[in-house]
Amino acid sequence: MGKNDKSEMHRSRRGKNIALGLALVGFCVLFYVITIAKMGTVGG
Amino acid sequence: MRDNATTLSATGAAIPDSGSIAVESAASDYIALLKPRVMALVVFTGIAGLLLAPGSIHPVIGLVAVLCISVGAGASGAINMWFDRDIDRIMTRTQNRPVAAGRILPGDALAFGVILSAASVVVMGLAVNLAAAALLALTIGFYIFVYTMWLKRRTPQNIVIGGAAGAFPPMIGWAAVTGDVSLSSIVLFAIIFFWTPPHFWALALFRNSDYTAAGVPMLPVVAGSRETRRQMFVYTLIMLPLSVAPAFLGMASLAYGLVAAGMSLWFIRHCVLVMRADEDDFGPARRMFAYSIFYLFGLFAALLADAAVRAAGFW
Repeated sequence: MGKNDKSEMHRSRRGKNIALGLALVGFCVLFYVITIAKMGTVGG
Repeated sequence: MRDNATTLSATGAAIPDSGSIAVESAASDYIALLKPRVMALVVFTGIAGLLLAPGSIHPVIGLVAVLCISVGAGASGAINMWFDRDIDRIMTRTQNRPVAAGRILPGDALAFGVILSAASVVVMGLAVNLAAAALLALTIGFYIFVYTMWLKRRTPQNIVIGGAAGAFPPMIGWAAVTGDVSLSSIVLFAIIFFWTPPHFWALALFRNSDYTAAGVPMLPVVAGSRETRRQMFVYTLIMLPLSVAPAFLGMASLAYGLVAAGMSLWFIRHCVLVMRADEDDFGPARRMFAYSIFYLFGLFAALLADAAVRAAGFW
């Protein structure tokens, strides 16, 4: 695989990686928020 | 109809159907994969179920429930686009979808849909309750296995039975608060369930050539325009008592009942105009389709407004 082919492949996968990254960050934030809300419910 | 080789899109461009050929996908294509416009209706009716249910829910947990409903609905839409990519390429309405247009590989769409489906059900079960998670899993499974894979290409009653998948969100929202299924939540389900056939058949009347080309046995394709209009009329008549039922079940006031009756009578009027129109005059069907969307939003908005007024203590 040539250098240009490789950079082309990386570029083409960029959108997929951004979507995956956003999903993972979103998932972490979601579990953090759920935990805080659940702790608040139990505490209150 | 399905093949695993490279196929030609409607514009004549070669698009990969399998394998690991790199295609350029933008993050926006993955958002399009979740059918955001369909998601809007699902989110709205899901929120309505959540707000109309007796009892209360922590606002954050309520938001998580709505998020799970919307992600689950979107994920099943992604799996639908993976499975239907062959017919999506044929129909003008769907040929620009990310998988059909070749912007996302089929395998990527399937993985995206399966992972998000599983995640939405697991989060719903862990954060909200098991009843809501079970209903969400049922909705996703029904849409993919019963509607998309089994009914859609086999029977003209595809959207009648498959419409159940789109009718579950208010029941899920309701279950997120109460943890169960009740007659009131079944009425909300029934309103969407019986609304679906006239809504989709109005669309199918003026998109008949699309469905014929793709070989999807929609009612106008199989039974003809006259029979479709007759069946649409039956469903619009059923909507009249069903839409006012919340007023008789104590879910809403008489004012809501009057608004719902008026909107339903207008829906029937649209259907009568469709029945009277010439077979090649699609104007009334287009107007009925547009009104049907407004009608469903309107009914649920009226239910919410009624509940808000009651909560404020006006009656």
